[in-house]
Amino acid sequence: MVTPILPATLSGAFVKRRGKTLLGPIDLTLSDTGCTIIMGPNGAGKTKLLRALHGVERLATGQMTWQVPLEAAQTQQAFVFQQPIMLRRTVQENLAYPLRLSGIGRAAAMTEAATWAARVGLGDALDRAAPRLSGGEKQKLALARALIRKPQIVFLDEPCANLDGPATREIERLLQEAQAQGTRIVMATHDVGQARRLADEVVFLMHGQIIEEGPAAAFFADPQTPQARAHLKGDIVE
Amino acid sequence: MGEIWEGLVAGFWLLITLDADLVDITLRSLQVTLTAVVIASAMGLPLGAWLAIRRFRSRRTVIALLNALMGLPPVVVGLIVYLMLSRSGPFGVFGLLFTPTAMIIAQVIIITPLIASIAHQAMRDIWAEYHDLLISLSTSHWQRIRTLLWDGRRALITAALAGFGRAIGEVGAIMIVGGNIDQATRVLTTAIALETGKGDFALALGLGFVLIGLAMTVNLIIHMVGRTEREGKW
Repeated sequence: MVTPILPATLSGAFVKRRGKTLLGPIDLTLSDTGCTIIMGPNGAGKTKLLRALHGVERLATGQMTWQVPLEAAQTQQAFVFQQPIMLRRTVQENLAYPLRLSGIGRAAAMTEAATWAARVGLGDALDRAAPRLSGGEKQKLALARALIRKPQIVFLDEPCANLDGPATREIERLLQEAQAQGTRIVMATHDVGQARRLADEVVFLMHGQIIEEGPAAAFFADPQTPQARAHLKGDIVE
Repeated sequence: MGEIWEGLVAGFWLLITLDADLVDITLRSLQVTLTAVVIASAMGLPLGAWLAIRRFRSRRTVIALLNALMGLPPVVVGLIVYLMLSRSGPFGVFGLLFTPTAMIIAQVIIITPLIASIAHQAMRDIWAEYHDLLISLSTSHWQRIRTLLWDGRRALITAALAGFGRAIGEVGAIMIVGGNIDQATRVLTTAIALETGKGDFALALGLGFVLIGLAMTVNLIIHMVGRTEREGKW
């Protein structure tokens, strides 16, 4: 039985570079279920916030608190980057990699990898070099690689930013499946339609700060801030 | 021009008759050089990867030093190794001077910085590509080094081959610590130096062509085994 790592809280968080504040102050609690969509215009700090939550962004102040010690919590998380990072290996080896890190034997890891490849529609591409896949295939592979260790929470940084409609629909289907199986989703996107389709709650960022957050239904029906209203209308928000 | 032609003929003749001395010298050259390359790679490749992923205060200095050491004068290395291994030196008790082991030690010292430095360049590029993923997967330093070494193995073959190229053609250091003793420490380069000194240019050139052929053959074999130019699959 795996100990739940959620809910988790990021409190008093600042990210700074050369004295300039890029993010913060941020106080945010992630509940143990659902899908949180982080929205905001370009440069609002969506990626920084995701990275801070995941623990790969150094905080100038503040801390992320999980229900278990940080090291144990890290093994229950995964991150999908906007530009998927492909190991210079085959599709199957890319999928097996996180399992091998967890100490699973090569044969078992490769079998599980083949299963996941089939699940995301890459069953025929097991022996293909991952860096040579198309953008959509890479992102599906990255998502499967993130989910293969059955993490409790997955962070996604605009995973469909450069994908066409069918590829986006496929990624969303995989995310919904993962969520149905209990995986907590935290995703940044500036695609309002996608946010409407997936979100249970929304965090809206401007200039590195959360200016609005709450249940998705309320946010989309009646945004409380002029910036969020403008963003949902498709206006340029500065 | 005539001497070059005679050298070619001599080299060809030595090869087709499988001259016993040539075989002995060639095998010793290969033994010394390949052993040195294996040892230097075992140290230099992980060192290159480690320098790519670790951040510490004097890192830049270490990298600059490593790059500077690529240009180590072999004769000076030979002299220092000679002094260390000579009877009055700190390691004289092991009786290694004028043995192939001493030659291997000298070659390892000469090529390790070269291999480590080239490996570092290659690993730095892969680390820039993999950094976020490997951090996000909470990998240990050792897992990162292993991942970089495995995924960058084709670039690392180039590093090892550069070390091989430098070692197989090296003469100054191994002449000093090996002594160029017939049937004991004579290798292709020291034999060429000897034959040149004796004025037998044809034989020297013949040995030289064998040396070039040997270096090229080893390179080709390693490239084929490593499938460095294979497309579509890693």
